[in-house]
Amino acid sequence: MRARSQRAWLIAVAGVLLVGAVTLVMSALGDNASYSRTPTEVVTGNIVSIGERVRIGGLVGTDSVERGPGALIKFEITDGEYGVDVTYDDLPPDLFEEGQGIVAEGVYQPDGSLKATRLVARHDESYMPKEAYDALKAAGGEAAVEAAKYGETS
Amino acid sequence: MIELGHISVFLAMAACLASAIFSVMGKSQETNRAMLFAMGATTFAFFVLVRAFLGSDFSLELVVNHSHSLKPVFYKFAGTWGNHEGSMLLWCLITIAFGTVAVCVMRPSELKTKAIGVQGGLAFLPLVYLLFASSPFTRLETAPFDGSGLNPLLQDPALAFHPPFLYLGYVGFSFVFSLAAAGLILNEVGPEWAKRARPWALFAWSCLTIGISLGGIWAYYELGWGGWWFWDPVENASLMPWLVGAALVHSIIVTQKRGSMASWTVFLSVLTFCLSILGAFLVRSGVLTSVHAFALDPERGRLLLIGLLLVSGFAFSLFAWRGPGLKAGSEFDPISREGALILNNLFFSVAAATVLVGTLYPLAMEVVTGDKLSVGSPYFDLTLAPLMGVLFLAPPIAQAMTWRAASLSPVLKRLIVAGALAVAAGVAGFILLAGKLWAVFGVAVGVWLIAGTITDLIKRLGEGGLSRLPKLSLSVWGLTIAHVGLGLFVIGAVVETNGRIERTFAMAQNEVVELGNWSFAFNGVEGVEGPNYYSDKASILATNGNRKTELTPEKRYYPASGMPTTEVAIRKSFAGDLYVALGDPIRGEKTGWTIRISINPMIDFVFGGVSLIAIGGFLAFAGQRRKRASPPSTETVPAE
Repeated sequence: MRARSQRAWLIAVAGVLLVGAVTLVMSALGDNASYSRTPTEVVTGNIVSIGERVRIGGLVGTDSVERGPGALIKFEITDGEYGVDVTYDDLPPDLFEEGQGIVAEGVYQPDGSLKATRLVARHDESYMPKEAYDALKAAGGEAAVEAAKYGETS
Repeated sequence: MIELGHISVFLAMAACLASAIFSVMGKSQETNRAMLFAMGATTFAFFVLVRAFLGSDFSLELVVNHSHSLKPVFYKFAGTWGNHEGSMLLWCLITIAFGTVAVCVMRPSELKTKAIGVQGGLAFLPLVYLLFASSPFTRLETAPFDGSGLNPLLQDPALAFHPPFLYLGYVGFSFVFSLAAAGLILNEVGPEWAKRARPWALFAWSCLTIGISLGGIWAYYELGWGGWWFWDPVENASLMPWLVGAALVHSIIVTQKRGSMASWTVFLSVLTFCLSILGAFLVRSGVLTSVHAFALDPERGRLLLIGLLLVSGFAFSLFAWRGPGLKAGSEFDPISREGALILNNLFFSVAAATVLVGTLYPLAMEVVTGDKLSVGSPYFDLTLAPLMGVLFLAPPIAQAMTWRAASLSPVLKRLIVAGALAVAAGVAGFILLAGKLWAVFGVAVGVWLIAGTITDLIKRLGEGGLSRLPKLSLSVWGLTIAHVGLGLFVIGAVVETNGRIERTFAMAQNEVVELGNWSFAFNGVEGVEGPNYYSDKASILATNGNRKTELTPEKRYYPASGMPTTEVAIRKSFAGDLYVALGDPIRGEKTGWTIRISINPMIDFVFGGVSLIAIGGFLAFAGQRRKRASPPSTETVPAE
């Protein structure tokens, strides 16, 4: 086979594959990317629609954790200014604690709460999830972040 | 002592730069000596740091932040690289170690001198970064009484060995990169070049495979989520070089045997290492939200990004300069083993690109629109499953094809048994997995891979039958074991993710719950005191017919670090792992504990399959090394 037709064949296959992959990627990205919001944005921004998948970062509100019935956990996720109620029906991560940084991913409910399907806390005591950090910073600046950091270790 | 270590890093940096300069001047002796000197100096520096960790030298900031006098000795040792600064030193050490190995094992040639020079440059950059942006040798004015780093989650054997293997992989590709750059500079990319580069690529890729799987094993045993892969950006960061590396270890065969695809192979050689650096950047800069990331530090990220641009800029300009002049190699038909391997490469590359898009998309959106997004596992499942599903159909067909030109009909005839087995497995899967189509397809693909690979092995044995088994070359063994491993992995991954059943229960004392074919009786929780922790230890009796087994998941609390950890209880059974995690106590009208129980079928196929892939890679590596050491044999080497 001549080099030229060899190349033409190769380009054709690669082209088909690429078009397929790009289509797949575009549609998958459109359906499966969820936005990260801070509690302030959720409460005041009116930007999260009911039934939307969203991630919210912040701290687990002090004295906000309620357990039961069953494995159900209710808590408030806060950035110091506003808070969003979260429900979660599974075992929380080890570092789930009041005052700890957390990211809750789930579906926004008609009553303004978040039905979380996944909670993310760092598996290291000294760091905070990025989104929690960003939310605190947006609401209260560096000082709020520092306060939260030192508050949690005492 | 600490200061001596610090100084020796400076010496190593100078030596690496010297090695690069000597290489440009064409002085091979001096290039080698400078590399060996850098090895000595870096080893010493690393030894100093290890000693500081072992001896809990709390005058060192790094030791204070990442170690503790109560840590078991082994984890003090592993703690040396369990942090940003120490792991960067390990990165430098391994880069130089690969250069040193090359000095020792490669036959003298211009290619060798140039490659070692480039390797010197590749070691120089992270050494500069280490010294000026993240020195592990920073002293504290006053040494505190004890350290603060005692994260019990990270005290796990799998995690202790995870970084070194990952780095052997990441950094192993640095020497493939150096060889590619040297080959481009000298215009020597061809079969001979591929023969010399192939063992390095195989070794690095196999180490990376082990590194990634150790991370998955750790997540499964230690994190208590019951999963082994989360499509977390940090995991993706290691998957991208792995995918491109997989393409590379296949395309390099074509270049070695047929001289074709030379420029593509060189391109992949360069790309793999660039993706490795990109991985390091993503993990360390904190630009992505990840559960695994190191500290958030944009400054480090910026410097790593500059390093990445320097390295990739250098390589891709070389490529642009020399690439068009590379020899085309021999021609071939689309239907041939070359054609099949090109297809393999296209799929691996596209897969790597989709992972790249999914990983970087949130970053791009944040820069462009300011919106913070995250792309989760559904995206990756949706894009990678079809790509990989089609790709994994190919190996048996490719192996049955001849080089240059093949005709499909004898190939398909030979694979008819394997095909029938795959269809049968698909039907069985359809019944067992309640008709989940993707899962059924996955099981069929896995069986097809295994059966097809064994068909190929039988063909290679020829008339001699089993008596020829010991005569097969290590390369053939490597290929067979890796592809069987891949088949097992596909079956395991598909069955595990689709067939896993899990539920979280709130259980009172003596309550019995049912899950799958098992019933679980909760016998309560008792307080236990360990060497450096308190623990709530549950006792759960699992029963399935006549089979009874006691599971004791724990919730541990380590006062020294103030951290609770979950110790899952895992019991292997034929149907899969019983996996039980203890949650929190519940009060109120019902007192008891929350407990998550899951049954993970065929999880061992996942880890076992990946281990076989790595073993196959190492065997192929050993085969390449041996072939080079011994004079060419008269026996016809079967095509690989």
